[in-house]
Amino acid sequence: MAEVIKIKKGLDIKMKGQAEKIYVKAPRAKTYAIKPPDWHGLTPKIIPKLCDEVKVGTPIFFDKYNPEVKFCSPVSGILSSINRGERRRIVEVVVEDDGKDTHETFPHGDPEGMKREQIVENLLSSGLWPAIRRRPYTVIAKTGEVPKSIFISAFDTSPLAPDFDFLLKDSEEDFQWGVNVLKQLTEGKVYLNLDGRFPSVRTLSGIKGVEINRFKGPHPAGNVGIQISRLDPINKGEVVWVVQPQDVVAIGRLFKTGKYDPSMIVALTGSRVNKPQYYKVIRGASVSTILENQLKEGDNRVISGNVLNGRTINPETGYIGFFDSQITVIPEGNYYEFFGWIKPGLKKLSVSRSFASTWLTPNREFDLDTNFHGGQRAFVMTGEYEKVLPMDIYPVQLLKAILVNDIDKMEQLGIYELDEEDLALCEFVCTSKTPVTKILRDGLRAMRKEMEE
Amino acid sequence: MSALRRFVDKIKPPFEKGGKLHIFLAGFEAVETFLFVPNKVTTGKVHIKDANDMKRSLIIVMIAMVPALLFGIWNTGFLHFQALGVDAGFWRMVGFGILKILPLYIVSYVVGLGIEIGFAQWRHEEVAEGYFVTGFLIPLVMPVDVPLWMVAVATVFAVVIGKEVFGGTGMNILNPALVARAFLFFAYPGSMSGDKVWIAGLADGTGVIDGYSGATILGQAAQNTTHFVNGLGESFTPMDMFLGFIPGSIGETSTLAILIGAAILILTGVGSWKIIFSVFAGGAVMGLILNLFAVNDFMALPFWQHLLLGGFAFGAVFMATDPVSAAQTERGKWIYGFLIGIMAILIRVLNPAYPEGVMLAILLMNVFAPLIDHYVVEANIKKRLKRAKVIAN
Repeated sequence: MAEVIKIKKGLDIKMKGQAEKIYVKAPRAKTYAIKPPDWHGLTPKIIPKLCDEVKVGTPIFFDKYNPEVKFCSPVSGILSSINRGERRRIVEVVVEDDGKDTHETFPHGDPEGMKREQIVENLLSSGLWPAIRRRPYTVIAKTGEVPKSIFISAFDTSPLAPDFDFLLKDSEEDFQWGVNVLKQLTEGKVYLNLDGRFPSVRTLSGIKGVEINRFKGPHPAGNVGIQISRLDPINKGEVVWVVQPQDVVAIGRLFKTGKYDPSMIVALTGSRVNKPQYYKVIRGASVSTILENQLKEGDNRVISGNVLNGRTINPETGYIGFFDSQITVIPEGNYYEFFGWIKPGLKKLSVSRSFASTWLTPNREFDLDTNFHGGQRAFVMTGEYEKVLPMDIYPVQLLKAILVNDIDKMEQLGIYELDEEDLALCEFVCTSKTPVTKILRDGLRAMRKEMEE
Repeated sequence: MSALRRFVDKIKPPFEKGGKLHIFLAGFEAVETFLFVPNKVTTGKVHIKDANDMKRSLIIVMIAMVPALLFGIWNTGFLHFQALGVDAGFWRMVGFGILKILPLYIVSYVVGLGIEIGFAQWRHEEVAEGYFVTGFLIPLVMPVDVPLWMVAVATVFAVVIGKEVFGGTGMNILNPALVARAFLFFAYPGSMSGDKVWIAGLADGTGVIDGYSGATILGQAAQNTTHFVNGLGESFTPMDMFLGFIPGSIGETSTLAILIGAAILILTGVGSWKIIFSVFAGGAVMGLILNLFAVNDFMALPFWQHLLLGGFAFGAVFMATDPVSAAQTERGKWIYGFLIGIMAILIRVLNPAYPEGVMLAILLMNVFAPLIDHYVVEANIKKRLKRAKVIAN
């Protein structure tokens, strides 16, 4: 086994509301949705008509610009609504569950005996292809493209992140099947990255056919982008694919059984949850059944994902995102604070050493809310981002290149290696409250337009 | 507190868009956000924010400058009564110092903040806090007897030409407080240099004891003597220089007070220790080089004494560390600070027309900071290109 790769820079944000390691089978939700905005640059075209019957694995929409990329229903029932957001953009395609779980069947068998085209076709038709994303840009992988390597990060260091070791401990065999599938898709290696902080942990360490590396360090050590930059950095024109561990399992099950198995596990976390724990759910489930009797009184924000990379969802009508293994509920911070900027700050979390808490209670778990803590300013402080980004990249210079839309500079400064989640901590620590991740996404979008259209 | 909040909410509507007092919105918001951290919440994919903000960071810088200010207040009174030959008590000295320095602060803040609020309103932006620090710095780098109208003119020049023409706080190339000082230094040298301006009442001359000299130590050194004396002709020890019982700009004389400020900046992480350290290192290295090739007394001045004199320590701790005008890359900060130290001592010793080399050295390196950063970033780009080529082969 390769040695442990140490990550020094970064920040572990300690928050209240870590999920206790118990599984609870969530009551079945009435509706399920696939949300096109979960993928960057996707323009969905709906396939069935409203009220048409669908099965598990029936395509419900496809990518207008890559029609072979289909997105499938996670349950059987009827296509009940297509919800639109701003400028009539489709934000949710909703299926009403009939509880029967009738499903489409797909070819199955040992992937080692299959041709690449067969495997791709199987993934496309079952709706699991969109689970494979490509860097740069973090968009759905192109079918005709052979990546130089495939990365799986089997741990998460974000705040209140679920423990993947616990989450995957009963699915090792399926995971191995999934890895066998992915191996057929690249000419390079499949990298499986494990948490180096807990070397005793065994789950997945016996997986064959992959290069296993352990990463040890604070967040974002668990981000696949950081791991790629250490093991096989992306240069201009190169492509790496990334797959999340629960999706590897789903891919494995597809080839083992011939069925699309949309079941997954999510952790319900956060200080506003009565009993943080793990739930067995079906992908795209309405969040309301999980949150029932779980929310504390008050003005809460429910996030599909974690606090550094998640989307706000409505506790009654929202759905769990395609890629999210976590739901976080934290208090809204819509209050005024009298002379807040000068108080010693015992209960405030900051990387700046100007707060008493940084000195007195460095290991405290904080009850963080969504307050903006000040107003947006021009770039003033320097050296802040560099402390939480364990990559050989100058983030401020890159952001400035994006702001002036200098494509060459963006490329030179390494935009291909980054995703929003990698710079999320920069946005968190920024004294000037710069919308770092939004700027980066604008840059990635501009870059992709320039390079691929 | 909640009563105050209710009051603020009650008087707010006319300032908002369409209200009668809308043109004063920037000023109103400045006061409101001063009293209360706003209730704004996050909207993007990052849902939590560090509790630190610009106001807090900059207030730390101001706190760090307080020891230098307090010492300056006392020293103003101390030197004044020494020149008069009056044996005044501690509080009389402090009282005198406050009377001399407070008006400088009032002028600096009223003029500077007035312009800032005006520009913020014009740009429909919030008032940036940068001027809190600039306004605090400007009086500290002035001689105590500088006329108030000059401070006002210098402040206008510094804020408008030094900062706002570039787009405001964060966009400027030069340190605004140094721009103010440099402006006066070149426009009104009579009030900014010489032997008479550093001690209150000396230029006026009323009641000053005969033969009292107000020359700064650097002024004396430029005459090629290293036997430094105070106005009464008594010797200065290096300890006097370190503690700051010497004539000079209001805030710059006490190296001790400045080092307390440096400790605050470094411990809180607000100021870059790399810059502070490397300025001192650069100064020491240049001092040593001059010692080695000394052909006159000034060049032979022990290198470590340079670090105690003039505005060297003040510049290193409070001026060079301004993150906006300094180098922005970590590697660049080492180079930037080191060159400031080198240049400051070089100008000071070899060009006696400008004994205050620190100001010019920092302004010069402010101009060169983007170039330093450019080369640091360029090295990163080259490394990335090389990596791509290695793989392509």
